[in-house]
Amino acid sequence: MKVLVPVKRVIDYNVKVRVKADGSGVDLANVKMSMNPFDEIAVEEAIRLKEAGKADEVIAVSIGVKQAQETLRTALAMGADRAILVVAAEDVHTDIEPLAVAKILAKVVEEEQPGIVLAGKQAIDNDMNATGQMLSALLGWSQGTFASELDIDGDTAKVTREVDGGLQTISVKMPAIVTVDLRLNEPRYASLPNIMKAKKKPMAEKTAADYGVDTTPRLEVVSTSEPAARAAGIMVGSVDELVEKLKEAGAV
Amino acid sequence: MAVLLLAEVTDGALALDATAKAVTAAAALGDVTVLAAGASAAAAGAEAAKIAGVSRVLVAEDPSLGHRLAEPTAALIVSLAGDYEHIVAPATTDAKNVLPRVAALLDVMVISDVTAVVDGSTFERPIYAGNAIQTVKSSDTKKVISFRTATFDAAGDGGSATVETIGAAENPGLSEWVEDKVAASDRPELTSAGVVVSGGRGVGSEEDFKLIEGLADKLGAAVGASRAAVDSGYAPNDWQVGQTGKVVAPDLYIAIGISGAIQHLAGMKDSKVIVAINKDEEAPIFQVADFGLVADLFTAVPELSEKLG
Repeated sequence: MKVLVPVKRVIDYNVKVRVKADGSGVDLANVKMSMNPFDEIAVEEAIRLKEAGKADEVIAVSIGVKQAQETLRTALAMGADRAILVVAAEDVHTDIEPLAVAKILAKVVEEEQPGIVLAGKQAIDNDMNATGQMLSALLGWSQGTFASELDIDGDTAKVTREVDGGLQTISVKMPAIVTVDLRLNEPRYASLPNIMKAKKKPMAEKTAADYGVDTTPRLEVVSTSEPAARAAGIMVGSVDELVEKLKEAGAV
Repeated sequence: MAVLLLAEVTDGALALDATAKAVTAAAALGDVTVLAAGASAAAAGAEAAKIAGVSRVLVAEDPSLGHRLAEPTAALIVSLAGDYEHIVAPATTDAKNVLPRVAALLDVMVISDVTAVVDGSTFERPIYAGNAIQTVKSSDTKKVISFRTATFDAAGDGGSATVETIGAAENPGLSEWVEDKVAASDRPELTSAGVVVSGGRGVGSEEDFKLIEGLADKLGAAVGASRAAVDSGYAPNDWQVGQTGKVVAPDLYIAIGISGAIQHLAGMKDSKVIVAINKDEEAPIFQVADFGLVADLFTAVPELSEKLG
């Protein structure tokens, strides 16, 4: 069984984002970029499936700007076998919408015929939480979102999902799309020898046009702004003073 | 202009607060029809009919709809979609599971976690964990939207919508429910509680989290936790407040032993009054707190419990 893992190049989660002065978006020039943290968990899970003998090949795919090849190299260094880069934008500030990404991924799935697609539950840039579900819809496959446990057994997979009230376990028919949540695993660091080896692993380069997918956005970004700042608060010196202030404010 | 709103129904019961907040957001878009779907949903539908601003309720009862599985629920919504320009829901994990599937089946983009409606096609939503707010204008003929409930007030009662029963769509039969593990609790639900008391890594252990729980019970509050506390095993994940957990906006939020990582602030900074107790005076949480107290939580929290009791 092949495992397909879509990975996204996003601003590193430790970097403080800055809104551009002209309100056109967030400044991504000369900012540290990394693999979306949820996608790292997906790559890790795919490698573990291979190590457990449940998968034969792990294919990482990224859709975006040419620089996403660095993100794919990270996936290869972690242990993915090969990579597919789909160049769909030239400017690093262009975010390809989940619907277009899902359409391209659906074509990649047709070509590669994986038994499962493991994806991050959301990207930490646009926070849309949509690509996995959309891909599942386009393929007519089952979906198991927000997974904290995954157990593949032949034609079905048991997926334990992080939901508002606690956990839900469902059984999905394979092939399936599973989107992963934080507690599924802890991704490994790539070792230096593996980083070197990753440079020799195959990476195919395609374009959105190769798949005949129109990536024109459906959502026009009208403006991007800083969130409203909270008014400065006060420091209190004791619990008594805190209780007094809370009573004054009518909060208790 | 008609809006179809997927009510939050769990095991036959309506999540009134989340649904009523989504009704407030949806009413700005047009005439609101609520869809109550489940293995049993009639009672939830009858309750939704009383929410002010709802003009019609559709009740779909079928075993396939019983456990909020994405495929049959999305199929049902798509079968109804022709009559509506907007398809919306409160931004719960259930809705986030279903709505993107609906959107892709309709060949439109989903617009997740909307915090403000500008007009029928233009919406505000947080990106980068709330570190930026983006206004987007949709060019799709249908808009599929989840509303972040923390930013909308709940619609009141007094409505008297008509209730109709409809059938389920054909179940694609791709997945089956196995079990739910829901934490039993007498405390209010985290996302709709008026007061939330949260603990962070500073609490130090699962046993000491009882301090947080004690204060919460004194105040009739829900208990929350930072991701650091959850990752350290001090608190279960369904208590997690933050970008990767739940977004809350109670009247009073008390953060104890929480440093205030960006990812946590994203989940609570819209609270009306924020209190922070931390022994590190440099902790970023103090920058968003209305009232900050630099103190050892192990002495301050019992004292606070006593004096607020």
